Amino acid sequence: MTTTAEPTTTELGKARTRKEDARLITGRTRFTDSITPHGTLHLHVVRSPIAHATITSVDKSAAEASPGVIGVFTAADLGVEAVGLPCAWPITPDMKAPQRPLLASSTVHFAGEGVVVVVARTAAEARDAGDLVEIDYDALEPVLDMEAALAEGATLVHPDLGTNENATWVFDSGAAGTGASVDEAIAAAEADPDSIVLRRRFRQQRLIPAFMEPRSCVVDPTGEQITVWAATQVPHILRTMTTVTLGVPESKLRVIAPDVGGGFGGKIGVLPEEMLCVAIAQRLGKPVKWTETRSESLLAAHHGRDQIQDLTITAKKDGTVTGLDVHLLADMGAYLGLVGPGVPILGAFMFNAIYKIPALKFTCTNVFTTKTLTDAYRGAGRPEATFGIERIMDELAVELGRDPMDLRKQNWITHEEFPFTTVVGLTYDSGNYEQATDQAMATFDYAGLRREQEERRARGDKVQLGIGISTFTEMCGLAPSRVLGSLAYGAGGWEAASIRMLATGKVEVITGASAHGQGHETAFSQIVADQLGVPFEDVEILHGDTQISPKGLDTYGSRSLVVGGIAIVKAAEKVVAKAKKLAAHLLEASEDDIEFNAGQFTVRGTDKGKAIQELAFAAFMAHDYPEDMEPSLDSDAVYDPENFSFPHGTHLAAMEIDTETGKVSLRRYVCVDDIGNVVNPLIVEGQVHGGLAQGIAQALFEEANYDDQGTLVNGTFVDYTLPSAADLPSFESSTVSTPATSNPLGVKGVGEAGTIASTPAIVNGVIDALRHLGVTNVEMPTTSQRVWRAIQEAKGNSTQETPIDTHSPGAGLGSIDPNNPQGEVQ
Amino acid sequence: MIPAKFDYVRPSSVEEAVTALRDAGEDAKILAGGQSLLPVLRLRLAAPSVIIDLGGIADLRRISEDGDRIAIGAMAPHHDVMRDDLVKQHVTLLSQATATVADPQVRHRGTLGGALAHADPAGDLGAVALALDAEFVIAGASGTRTVGASEFFVDYFTTAIGEGEILTQVRFPKYTGWTSHYEKFNRTAQAWSMCAVAVALRLDGGSIAEARVGLTNMGTTPIRASGVEAALVGQQASADAARAAAEHATEGTAAPSDADAAADYREHLARVLTGRAVLAAAG
Ligand SMILES: Cc1cc2nc3c(=O)[nH]c(=O)nc-3n(C[C@H](O)[C@H](O)[C@H](O)COP(=O)(O)OP(=O)(O)OC[C@H]3O[C@@H](n4cnc5c(N)ncnc54)[C@H](O)[C@@H]3O)c2cc1C
Repeated sequence: MTTTAEPTTTELGKARTRKEDARLITGRTRFTDSITPHGTLHLHVVRSPIAHATITSVDKSAAEASPGVIGVFTAADLGVEAVGLPCAWPITPDMKAPQRPLLASSTVHFAGEGVVVVVARTAAEARDAGDLVEIDYDALEPVLDMEAALAEGATLVHPDLGTNENATWVFDSGAAGTGASVDEAIAAAEADPDSIVLRRRFRQQRLIPAFMEPRSCVVDPTGEQITVWAATQVPHILRTMTTVTLGVPESKLRVIAPDVGGGFGGKIGVLPEEMLCVAIAQRLGKPVKWTETRSESLLAAHHGRDQIQDLTITAKKDGTVTGLDVHLLADMGAYLGLVGPGVPILGAFMFNAIYKIPALKFTCTNVFTTKTLTDAYRGAGRPEATFGIERIMDELAVELGRDPMDLRKQNWITHEEFPFTTVVGLTYDSGNYEQATDQAMATFDYAGLRREQEERRARGDKVQLGIGISTFTEMCGLAPSRVLGSLAYGAGGWEAASIRMLATGKVEVITGASAHGQGHETAFSQIVADQLGVPFEDVEILHGDTQISPKGLDTYGSRSLVVGGIAIVKAAEKVVAKAKKLAAHLLEASEDDIEFNAGQFTVRGTDKGKAIQELAFAAFMAHDYPEDMEPSLDSDAVYDPENFSFPHGTHLAAMEIDTETGKVSLRRYVCVDDIGNVVNPLIVEGQVHGGLAQGIAQALFEEANYDDQGTLVNGTFVDYTLPSAADLPSFESSTVSTPATSNPLGVKGVGEAGTIASTPAIVNGVIDALRHLGVTNVEMPTTSQRVWRAIQEAKGNSTQETPIDTHSPGAGLGSIDPNNPQGEVQ
Repeated sequence: MIPAKFDYVRPSSVEEAVTALRDAGEDAKILAGGQSLLPVLRLRLAAPSVIIDLGGIADLRRISEDGDRIAIGAMAPHHDVMRDDLVKQHVTLLSQATATVADPQVRHRGTLGGALAHADPAGDLGAVALALDAEFVIAGASGTRTVGASEFFVDYFTTAIGEGEILTQVRFPKYTGWTSHYEKFNRTAQAWSMCAVAVALRLDGGSIAEARVGLTNMGTTPIRASGVEAALVGQQASADAARAAAEHATEGTAAPSDADAAADYREHLARVLTGRAVLAAAG
């Protein structure tokens, strides 16, 4: 029995650097694409360049004759025409769900959909042969605009469904009995001279998750189990869904998610390419690999957001909000992703945010278009809702002539009111909006910046200052299984953990929550070190392989710590209980007299004791143990949370706008997040920073644009604008803690907080800087061009339209439009 | 990256390169820093049969003083140009503009010659070369010839470099003692110019004795803003003069429209940025 270091008892709250970082940052690790079993064949998918078309002919002959080619297959060739990819979230019983094929057979429904797959000895040969596949298309009318898609006589994406509407999902607090009726609230406000009714339309542009590691899949069919390596967030779900999709018995599948380079929701799906890999590997009896290029990733991996939000808010003129009516149109794209239809629905529970809104109605219509499908993207439904409510709270403040923070304060749940059951029936267990806000306002010097803003306005400065506020909350830690059941979600929300006490006193922890960059290995080790009183270095976290961790529901929705971490705590408690029993036996004491502290089991009032490592060894030797006990300390737990977790925070942005050019600059960003107890502040800071960058990017930089033919015009990193560190200031982020009461660690999720909170803070700040010039809205991303046009429009000058459907120069391609090259390149 | 197949040669002299180019025929492509060529190959927007890499010709990286000129080898990377003392002293504007190109990684690979031969109208260095009357030394099978900047930029991605020819050197007159500024406007810190204005001024007392002004991304080639230059010469270096001259900024331009900026906005930017660039150059 050995220990490598003194046991620590205070891992929680320690800013440890991440133990996984050395291998991840240096690349000395294995991502899916770096795994190549002997004899691997390579797949290349030939994709439709057209959004909507009938396939009239496929000529494979030249490709088949190309060097190194093993086969060129259509869906019919593979016999997979009848196979449909799963959608696990039928939000209504009569939801319209087109079957998404592995390869399009007769009609393509979005640009980027696969039609033919080439199998060759090398990836280069597969790619070369792909260029030789001749596919003829008869173009059909693309369906691009959600409102037009719902109009009478619209071209149908899937004519057999008879409509472009996937489903309409309604929540009405009046009908549900969780609150009052919004219709009545609006009628009352309209009739009351002391009330106002405010209507606004906001747009959530389409975004691309843009994870760093492209998607990849390797399948080796040569063992007793078919082994699938995939760059996925959801190895367990992928295994079950492969069975559901292809009929391979679950016991015959082993799915491994090795190190995965980011996901942000973008790797939550079950991909046609993954299913093709399995089907082709089985057919050929050889390992196969598919790794997408960056442009394939941007074009064909699912997108996020894309909503039109029509909001009506009612309030008394004293500022009390009396109702909120939400109408959403959500673009599903051409098919339904694994949880796609449910993503906007998650927002239903968050539009009331931190406010005591007595009446809320949420109506969401999901629409099919001939675009890339949408699904979960960091925050999934909650950023959209938070944007809507935080933007309209600012609008209401302007309308009522109130300071926007004062108006929020007047309406939010005060800290004495927790636990608080909201208008949508959720119970917020804990929170303290006053505390986070006070700290943020003080750090920001809100009053000072408001003064500066006044001065600049008075002087008519070229550069104007705007202050943006977002006091957000979110629901995360997905999720209580029964709640998911009530929403017709196709799975539970529990998580599994096992702890193995090795003979030498080391600890192996198995979690079903497999990380893709978040730092689970470090945070979970810290938890276990504290729970068992063993050194941090003695804990190994195993995950991401269904042979090692057979049970799990994976990583998304800020669930890993608050669900997966708690499962680990529960397993640790069982280990301690077993160890206690063994200790009592060996120390010849009553179990009631055994105390456990910092890895030591001692007999109360004596200096007799055993370390947990000694007990692990004793259990392994099994020479002497109680009659009514198995000789093992190993323990399993499955934890189903009883509630969501409700982190919150106050985010403040100081925006500077050059009114001559429209250039928007983020001068300062202050945020104070309440995420309960913190396991590792360094990881928290990283999550917040990355989240902020992504949320700010939605406000300022990113947008996936389609032209009128349904071509994604900025489907490469050349012109899909992601910010770099040089575009963002040093964030002033900090935390306060109101521990969650819904779990034993008092923790809340943090993975999505920054993304959810920041977008409205930035846009509110942009508009606040321009409000005195008569500007009331700027669509996202708030580019310099849009800002300049908004200023011109407010001045009554007419300008051109912002032409978003064209290439703009970027990266190595400069002015060369990859969709429409000319001149120099042939 | 999986480009289409190509052959690769790495000559060690300009003569060898010219021969290789002749042997390869019209399907050959020259590789300088690869920062523009490789993305094109990667996306298979071009599929040359032979790539001729100039990276093995050490001479082409040299920056030297040649009488009243500063001679910069075509293969001098942006990073070297930006840091070079001769360039800083005598062709300050080039150094300033080069510092705004992309990011450090790209600047270490991409070359002055590659950027100018590529002739992307959104590229930052064309406007500088044009405004400063650079000369381009071009080698071919029949020897070398020199082309002035006003003839070098022909059209969108098209220069005076003919088939079988290689740009070997760019020669800048010395602008010792001039003041200058490159005003670049872009969407993100390391992005291409939506519009940019290059200004060099020779000040005499408080007034502008000579002016050179070039515009980036305001047409299919870099553009010399002669109207602005004319309006500046003889004026006091003042905000009013800058503003008045900036009104001429869009003369002779044909602003492109793209997602970042439609033509009207780009024209507006050209005026605003010209005013700012002149003021900044005037100090
Ligand atoms: C991410 C990114 C951002 C960028 N941002 C900017 C920017 O902000 N501003 C800017 O100006 N540029 C920018 N660039 C382009 C950069 O300046 C490139 O370096 C330049 O355009 C090409 O130079 P190169 O040496 O890499 O040439 P290459 O890519 O090797 O070649 C480019 C073309 O020129 C030809 N060529 C090269 N050298 C010669 C020669 N000596 N004789 C004849 N033909 C030749 C090649 O055949 C090819 O057609 C960016 C590039 C990247 C990748």
